[in-house]
Amino acid sequence: MSDEVVYWLQQTLNALQLGSIYALIALGYTMVYGILTMINFAHGDVFMIGAFFCFLLSSMLGLTFAPTLLLTMLGTALLGVVIERLAYKPLRQAPRVSAIITALGVGLFLENFTLALSPYPKHIPMLLENVTWNLHGISLSSIQAVIISLSLGLMLLLDYIVHRTSIGMAMRAISWDKTYVPLMGIPVDLIISITFAIGAGLAGAAGTMYALAYPVIDPYMGITVGWKAFICAVVGGIGNIRGAMVGAFILGGVEIMVVAFFPSTYRDFVAFTLLMLLIVIRPYGILGKPRIQKV
Amino acid sequence: MALLTAAKVGHQFGGLCAVADFNLELHHGDLMAVIGPNGAGKTTVFNLITGVYRATEGSICFKGTELVGKNPNQIAALHIGRTFQNIRLFRDLSVLDNVRIAHHAQINYTPLEGLLHLGRYRREEQRIIDNSRLLLAIFKLEHLAGETAKNLPYGLQRRLEIARALAISPELLLLDEPAAGMNPNEIDQLMALIQWIRQEFKLTILLIEHQMKLVMGICERIKVLDFGVTLAEGPPKMIQNHPKVLEAYLGEIPDG
Amino acid sequence: MIALMREQWDLLLENRWLVPILLVIGFGLAFAIPEYNLLSVYVQLILMYAGINIILAVSLNLVNGYMGEFSLAHAGFMAVGAYTAVLLTMKVFPVAGFPFLFPCAVFAGGLAAALLGIIVAIPSFKVRGDYLAIITLAFLMIVKSLIENIDFIGGPRGISGIMKLTTLPWVFFWTVALVWMVRNFIYSKYGRGVLSIREDEIASDLMSVNTRHVKFFAFMLSSFCAGIAGALFAHLLQFISPRIFDITKSTDILIMVYLGGIASIGGSILGATLFTVLLELLRPSTMAALLSWLPSFVFEPLNEHFISHLGVWRMVIMPLALILVMLYWPRGIMGLREFRGFIPRRDREAHHYINPQGEEPDGATDRR
Ligand SMILES: Nc1ncnc2c1ncn2[C@@H]1O[C@H](COP(=O)(O)OP(=O)(O)O)[C@@H](O)[C@H]1O
Ligand SMILES: [Mg+2]
Repeated sequence: MSDEVVYWLQQTLNALQLGSIYALIALGYTMVYGILTMINFAHGDVFMIGAFFCFLLSSMLGLTFAPTLLLTMLGTALLGVVIERLAYKPLRQAPRVSAIITALGVGLFLENFTLALSPYPKHIPMLLENVTWNLHGISLSSIQAVIISLSLGLMLLLDYIVHRTSIGMAMRAISWDKTYVPLMGIPVDLIISITFAIGAGLAGAAGTMYALAYPVIDPYMGITVGWKAFICAVVGGIGNIRGAMVGAFILGGVEIMVVAFFPSTYRDFVAFTLLMLLIVIRPYGILGKPRIQKV
Repeated sequence: MALLTAAKVGHQFGGLCAVADFNLELHHGDLMAVIGPNGAGKTTVFNLITGVYRATEGSICFKGTELVGKNPNQIAALHIGRTFQNIRLFRDLSVLDNVRIAHHAQINYTPLEGLLHLGRYRREEQRIIDNSRLLLAIFKLEHLAGETAKNLPYGLQRRLEIARALAISPELLLLDEPAAGMNPNEIDQLMALIQWIRQEFKLTILLIEHQMKLVMGICERIKVLDFGVTLAEGPPKMIQNHPKVLEAYLGEIPDG
Repeated sequence: MIALMREQWDLLLENRWLVPILLVIGFGLAFAIPEYNLLSVYVQLILMYAGINIILAVSLNLVNGYMGEFSLAHAGFMAVGAYTAVLLTMKVFPVAGFPFLFPCAVFAGGLAAALLGIIVAIPSFKVRGDYLAIITLAFLMIVKSLIENIDFIGGPRGISGIMKLTTLPWVFFWTVALVWMVRNFIYSKYGRGVLSIREDEIASDLMSVNTRHVKFFAFMLSSFCAGIAGALFAHLLQFISPRIFDITKSTDILIMVYLGGIASIGGSILGATLFTVLLELLRPSTMAALLSWLPSFVFEPLNEHFISHLGVWRMVIMPLALILVMLYWPRGIMGLREFRGFIPRRDREAHHYINPQGEEPDGATDRR
């Protein structure tokens, strides 16, 4: 293979890795938005908590990768449900912004609470043996392979749940209509809890994988990654699950490409300028549909 | 000279042809109705005139000015006022503010004067308040000036919408199903009101209505639309007995 | 008890002398305090931060509360104002000899921010709701990233050694002037346009409101104020860097706005003041100084087990307090009401929040 092709394949691989992590987080934003039209700004911090759970389980309890991942996902799922019940549910009838601001508050609380308990950045032990395969000059590390394949697996699973199971059907029904669906015997509160659990569980998985790839974690790591994942969700068309995945891989790709062509400090500048233009051109996201305003 | 001329106006939503080959001529002081079954394209005609949608074909002229391509606020500033089929008041604002806002294009001061409350600000604001109160008084809403619009009963909300439309000092007033949801008694009052404001404000009125009592009672000319196409146009007597119209309505024959 | 407090609160809101009296007292104090050293330097500092935060909250409320959009860009406009003014006072203006050049630099900072406000204003013609929120977020990230990449202004390290030119009288002057202007704007045809856009943009357009003009001026004014606040902030802190003006700063301002209550100038003033003061009160040193009058057998254990840990935990207490306020007062402290003194006489009857028992404004809640 020519150097050119090798180079591009390598970059694509890197983009897939970054995009996978963004996608897992973006899904949580978009699912909650779909069902409650609420932007859960604490979601990035749930991702951070996931990374810290991963640290606790692996370094304090010495668990291996698989149980760490599973328990982390369970833990964050539980956290997601608790947050929803305590902080968001009482505000369902309140102005939309009150819930958003509460979510910002929950996020700040999670960050600073973690900071108070753990003032210094933490190192995650090696959870996986790091092997690097070399295929015609393209290097693929075992960590990359695990991140990409696991994320894709989780996304397929989610897509299956949302589009093929009765729970998924209930979710779609609630996001379609919030007035009459509850009258049809769908347990709305339960479905909302399940949505939060799934979203937060995926964020926990993303936290674990992020910790695999970048093993130094700190309480503020959720801010930037979280906002970027939110942008992915919007770019894909917020509320649209497949859109969130598309948006995530686009942002991952753009970021990797920018670093390939510009000094790495220009990454945010170029990435965000492109996003801004994209939104101006397609204000309802890539897979979203424009809302028809009947007069 | 005609006040409003629509020539060969057409509009498509994606593949759906909502209005086709629509022609209209309104003269000063006319009171005309557009009728037709639901989905016939009546509201779309209003939206094309007021610039909510841009006509895909044809031209609409108001006093010699081409309207196609203009923004809604530019068209409103030419003094074309309208109401909506589903009430669209500024629900959380006061009744008085609803009427004041519609004066926007007639208020003459610059942003700087607005920012410093200097110059023409005081005089203009006072003029607008006085005029708004006058309009509210005409519609017997004066005592509710400070009330939040959404707290008004339905009938008063409809009245307030007409008052708000009059605030832009229209020469042409478009009323979209003004009698919707009213009982016969209220319809009588509304008919009297429409005729009165028509005299008082020297209006040309185009209205959409399903209530045949109102249409046949006060309109001088009627245009019938179905599936975006004009079926017939003429005085009430002629429309009442028009075979195509009877066919389109199929049993919904006017009783008046 | 609570009913009585509520009654007193209503009377306070309706009091015609409250705002003028506070203004006069504030004016006197703003000059007297630094002149006669009435308060410690630390308290003066807090007062100045409170003033700056008031400017920020009131101007953000114009976009987020009155217009019903969700802007996250305020920290970005602050940054633009701060860097512009600092470059002027450090590199261009001989401020040392000519003190009047400082307000000019601050004004220039505001103008620069207002100019960049156009970048957000123009997309807002077409894009609304959550998508506009993303545009403002992107704007913030772009500004931050640009500053990081310009070596001439210190890149990621920022600028230090800025002269301390911000004084209490200046902060007072700018706060009063800008709040007055925002208030005037709100009670003008443009402000009513802003409200009508929040309520129903299409109807507003059809009622002859030039929605583009209105949005343009509203964003310009809001970012102008943020620029001024940034300039004052920079000459108070004496150090700026891109990290200071990141999303966390925007979040702080959002909290002030929603804590105080949307679409209320008085609310933003209260929200900003409360936020600033509470955060300072929760500092261990402040709290210790405040409680030092307690007998030592109470103070000592309190200090050991509670006060000395505040440094870490105050940032945990603050968001918890915010969540509680939102749960019990979803509309913030003012809950859509306004102090009588802020409403021009002509507008009092038409003021749309007369009805305190009323429901939420749908415009501000159901927008998406
Ligand atoms: N914004 C829109 N997008 C797509 N189709 C529309 C839109 N507005 C109206 N239509 C369609 O155009 C047709 C005419 O609608 P309308 O003018 O509202 O009818 P009516 O005569 O009842 O007022 C209908 O079939 C309607 O569904
Ligand atoms: Mg209609």
